[in-house]
Amino acid sequence: MSFINAAITLAERRSGKFGSSIFAGRPGTVAERNLRTLRSSSGLTFAAGFVEPVLFLIAFGYGVGGMVGTITDHGKTISYAAYIMPALLATSAMNGAIFDSTWNVYFKMQFAKLYQGMLATSLGTLDVALGEIGWAMFRGFVYAIGFVTVVGALGLLPSFGGALLAIAAAGIVAFAFASIGMGITSYVKSFQQLDMVTFLLLPMFLFSGTLFPLSIFPEWAQVLINALPLRQAIDLVRDCMNLNLSWSLLGHVSYFAVMIIGGLFFTTRRLTALFLR
Amino acid sequence: MTKSSEPELVIRAKGLRKTYGDFVAVAGIDFEVKRGEAFGLLGPNGAGKSTTMRMITSTLQRTEGELTILGKDPDKFGPEIRAHLGVVPQQDNLDRQLTVWENILVYGRYFGLSRKFLKNKIEELLAFAQLEEKRNVKSEELSGGMKRRLTIARGLVNEPEILLLDEPTTGLDPQARHVLWDRLFRLKELGVTLVLTTHYMDEAEQLCDRLIVMDKGQIMAEGSPAQLIKDYSSKEVLEVRFGSAGNSNAAKKLQKVGDRIEVLPDRILIYSSNGEKVLEQLTKMGLKPVTSLVRRSSLEDVFLRLTGRTLVD
Ligand SMILES: Nc1ncnc2c1ncn2[C@@H]1O[C@H](COP(=O)(O)OP(=O)(O)OP(=O)(O)O)[C@@H](O)[C@H]1O
Ligand SMILES: [Mg+2]
Repeated sequence: MSFINAAITLAERRSGKFGSSIFAGRPGTVAERNLRTLRSSSGLTFAAGFVEPVLFLIAFGYGVGGMVGTITDHGKTISYAAYIMPALLATSAMNGAIFDSTWNVYFKMQFAKLYQGMLATSLGTLDVALGEIGWAMFRGFVYAIGFVTVVGALGLLPSFGGALLAIAAAGIVAFAFASIGMGITSYVKSFQQLDMVTFLLLPMFLFSGTLFPLSIFPEWAQVLINALPLRQAIDLVRDCMNLNLSWSLLGHVSYFAVMIIGGLFFTTRRLTALFLR
Repeated sequence: MTKSSEPELVIRAKGLRKTYGDFVAVAGIDFEVKRGEAFGLLGPNGAGKSTTMRMITSTLQRTEGELTILGKDPDKFGPEIRAHLGVVPQQDNLDRQLTVWENILVYGRYFGLSRKFLKNKIEELLAFAQLEEKRNVKSEELSGGMKRRLTIARGLVNEPEILLLDEPTTGLDPQARHVLWDRLFRLKELGVTLVLTTHYMDEAEQLCDRLIVMDKGQIMAEGSPAQLIKDYSSKEVLEVRFGSAGNSNAAKKLQKVGDRIEVLPDRILIYSSNGEKVLEQLTKMGLKPVTSLVRRSSLEDVFLRLTGRTLVD
């Protein structure tokens, strides 16, 4: 009997190609697995992360917005709700991506022994990393689309084109947070450490120019905040939403490219160290 | 594949070594597995069997030595080598969030197999694992033995060329064990190479063409079950019991009887070519065992001799 079966043929096809020791070209099968678990899990946890920014938009946009009225940022005067809306969209994308790439990944890694099983097949560590990160990104992306839909229903979208561009930007943001989230989680050793990671998201959310412009801070603090990923995300999404297109957008995109590549690199490395050594 | 008359070596280990810090789990061992062979790894708990298995499945990096699987280095060609392997780890790592059916499907998808192929394959594997009625049950809701059966079925999904089974039958009921043995025999007939560890000596005798006995990371002996029995044990064994108090006393008087004796907590084993004769001798010496039994020597005796331990499970 000859043993040339489908699995072997596939594996041989990639043989000798660059990265074949860590990549089999099938991250999609990892995402496919997650899709199956979604069907049987409760939609409630999935919805929770999405509802949060919507609540913020309503409570602050209309509640606080009623008192604040309009806001002037970068020389433009807009309603308070319209000001915080793109920032909450970026936060929404971040939340979805981070939730999946931290808590869910941690559970799969430490308790479900899922990656051991995957890595006993012909998948490589980069397949697992990309599949999981892609899935977390998908979640952030779905949150972003849901959020934009709500915003549209409230009549807060400046333009259709801007909304589409902002969704695309939210996709990049979700990818970056998913990647860095999994990168960090793969090094995390306890729930306490993971708690710390997610706790840091709160101050980042509050002070990244989400609910008020950065101009109230001293110069040095602004420089610091501008280096934070959520700040970068808000800038990118806000500019896309308002069709405020300039070369500076490329700066944000490169920032996220570094996050994505860095996250993938460390995740892959750590998965190898944990499960193939 | 290869056409030479010499059977192809599918696994080759030379000076294979694995250390965890200062601790030596596998202490530089040499062995080879030929295509189509059933190769066994025996040894007490902590001997290094699973460590060796995991190095072969390219999920654990060796510290030193050479290792080639199908002519390739597992450190460099992990995914490629694993496409040829079926792996049944010692501890089940099923996907708890998925059903029985989905577990096999998703696992097959990881190998890149098409849904169409898998649809039929899953039915065949569910029948083999006798889990047809449980197909829509979440894997975490299965009994221990059922989980084991699913893990084994899952490991067969890619029609592997080399099947690695780490204590496959631990936790299986006798009926399920025999179903598995039968399946393994058939796979062997098809030319599948089997590598397995077990604590059941009858299983090793039944299934393995050749085996190694490991202890403390080293190979103590190697050969076919029959050869090992010939080399390390006598033809027959007389088992006698003198009651828990009498055993050690009797043992002192038995030093010159038979070829060799082994004193276990509950009984004494006397190795010789003729058990009945030894028993007569005991009667003449005035020793009256509570129970006595003459049996053929088995792999269990070899194990006992080589590792100085009774079977630990
Ligand atoms: N990750 C690890 N870190 C440190 N030591 C380890 C690790 N994994 C295994 N060991 C040690 O290596 C030795 C061999 O373990 P291994 O699992 O290979 O034994 P085994 O022969 O499979 O035993 P058993 O019959 O109990 O399954 C043991 O002493 C074990 O404690
Ligand atoms: Mg073991």
